[in-house]
Amino acid sequence: MTTASLRLALVGAPNTGKTSLFNRLTGSTQKVANYPGVTVERKSGGFVTPEGRSVTVLDLPGTYSLRGRSPDEEITRDIVLGRFDGEAVPDLVLCVADATNLRLTLRLVLELKRVGRPMMLVLNMIDIAKRRGVTIDLDRMSQELGLPIVTAVAVRKGGVDELLKRTDEFLATSHQAAASEWTTPTIADLKAAQREADRIIAAAVTLPTKPDTLTNRIDSVVLHPVWGLVILAVILFVMFQAVFTWAQPAMELLSDGFAALGQLIHDLLPASWGLLQSFLQNGLISGVGSVIVFLPQIIIIFLFILLLEDFGYMARAAFLMDRIMGGAGLHGRAFIPLLSSFACAIPGIMATRVIDNRRDRLTTILIAPLMTCSARIPVYTLIISAFVPATTLWGFVNLQGLVMFGLYAAGITSALTVSAVAKFFLWRDHAPAPFMLELPDYKMPRLRSIAIGVFNRAKMFLYRAGTTILSMMVLIWFLASFPQAPTGAEGPAINYSFAAMIGHALEPLLRPIGFNWQIAVALIPGMAAREVAVAALGTVYSIEGGKEAADQIGQVLAQKWTLATALSLLVWYIFAPQCASTLAVIRRETGGAKWMVVTFIYMLTLAYAASFLTFNLAQALGLH
Amino acid sequence: MTGDPGTSQVNVQDTRLGHADRGFVGKIIRLDALVTGSSLSPQELEQRLVEMGFVEGARVEILHEGTIRRDPIAVRVDNITIALRRSEAMAVIVE
Repeated sequence: MTTASLRLALVGAPNTGKTSLFNRLTGSTQKVANYPGVTVERKSGGFVTPEGRSVTVLDLPGTYSLRGRSPDEEITRDIVLGRFDGEAVPDLVLCVADATNLRLTLRLVLELKRVGRPMMLVLNMIDIAKRRGVTIDLDRMSQELGLPIVTAVAVRKGGVDELLKRTDEFLATSHQAAASEWTTPTIADLKAAQREADRIIAAAVTLPTKPDTLTNRIDSVVLHPVWGLVILAVILFVMFQAVFTWAQPAMELLSDGFAALGQLIHDLLPASWGLLQSFLQNGLISGVGSVIVFLPQIIIIFLFILLLEDFGYMARAAFLMDRIMGGAGLHGRAFIPLLSSFACAIPGIMATRVIDNRRDRLTTILIAPLMTCSARIPVYTLIISAFVPATTLWGFVNLQGLVMFGLYAAGITSALTVSAVAKFFLWRDHAPAPFMLELPDYKMPRLRSIAIGVFNRAKMFLYRAGTTILSMMVLIWFLASFPQAPTGAEGPAINYSFAAMIGHALEPLLRPIGFNWQIAVALIPGMAAREVAVAALGTVYSIEGGKEAADQIGQVLAQKWTLATALSLLVWYIFAPQCASTLAVIRRETGGAKWMVVTFIYMLTLAYAASFLTFNLAQALGLH
Repeated sequence: MTGDPGTSQVNVQDTRLGHADRGFVGKIIRLDALVTGSSLSPQELEQRLVEMGFVEGARVEILHEGTIRRDPIAVRVDNITIALRRSEAMAVIVE
């Protein structure tokens, strides 16, 4: 047993600090991937015990039982039972329990015991339990359960020393897995198990006479029918400020950095290598750079989400929003994914994994791209500053700001409408899915855990930028660069490319909504990332890049387009499925092309219809 | 038992958690998921409630209510807090 490492699996109910324990044990050795064929995150890592044995750890999705109500829970069940193809059965199951809240976990422990795998119970957050006056007779509990028990404080350095020591002891002796006696529990089984768990708790645990009131006191404000919503609004406001204001300097730094890098490559290569020069500067660096620029926003949004999650607020937000979102046919848990979509639909769609009902999840995925993501901002800003005068209305409202607000409001309103329509037409015969979740006690967020979480999200984002998005960028660069302009040709080279051919071919279709061929051409590279359209417009109108390019593009556009065209393009950007990465993520998250196609078609239809209306209405009103 | 509300045994004197007001403190007598407004089958609803700790004898208290139509509710079940909609809480008979 010196070469093969011990396989350890963490199992536990939600909110037991399982992830903190996983972070404490594995630190930076974590790998986050997906289980084959499903969109459940597979988190694994490793550590070395004090006696030098290597251990691999698998963090299984949280569950209250092995019944497998959702894809996540099925994974946990199948791995523990050794039924999961491609995943070895764990040598040791660590069942993680919140020491302050043993009722639900002990029932899970009793159920897990029937599986027969070697098992150890970890009483996590033992420090909080002690502080609250909960005393646990470990020997008695261990004897009643017939399992070894260790205590742990996952969030504290050294808090898992005992666990490490016991893992070594476990390894020093040989263990045989018993045959599994597990069958899907009936209601009677569940009740019997709960009674047994309650009996063990009564025998081994002394609860404090005075319960924890801090959580209750916070909740009486935070869940207050009026103040609760006010507080939620304030939190959202701060979050948005952070995403859009605090991220700005870092984003500018990144974008300047990529521009400088592109220029450097451009200058280093001899001019005769024009094609390679163009590929590296315009295809590779500016393409990938335009996506990586969003990294600061992604980091900030996940920082907020993970902080609020760790604190215990996310479940409260779902509680507050459930009925309000329900009016549009959405589940309370859809709130956070939709919120994240304001930064970028990709993390938003990824975050829908918390919704266990498939229909609710699909509705949320369908409407997430309608939330005004930050990639639309450069496009909106460009057109608004070129066409909308910066006049002040009623003494305090900036007209440009008002138009921006209108675009956001239009996105939200249309998302809610689409959801209500989807509910009515697609899922009319299905009653709404239940809303049932635990409101965990509040606890101070732990920076280390948050940092690891944010780091993992950032890594996933960069990985995607480095793979899917990169290949998309290369394709789009190819379309925009080939065939090359003949020698002595006039005008920008893009006008001779495939992109221009496609643009010209599309132009008759886009003319009714007021787009000229230049816009049609710019929309193609805009598929890579919405804001790339801005640079592409610059290229099509042959404006040299640089720091002032955006201002110049604005001036050129103001001369060449009518106001009707500009408004039509703004409206187009509210709805159009102009983001290949989002479509790719929808395909991956829904496990097939069907919903990606549905999203693409419905968004395109909406965009076309809305732009058509806008353009014709604006023309009728004589807006030139 | 077909689940038809017309024929199943519904005791009109039962107090259902889904009807109770904020501040209500009581004890669970039994679960009866046959006549609720929930979309879950009675069996599935009962299983989920048991998994969340709603078992006979548990002490329940309604701590908080939502803004619209006082729904959903936050219920203290022994020493944990569960948020659920009133339609599902209808399955919990309390005294």
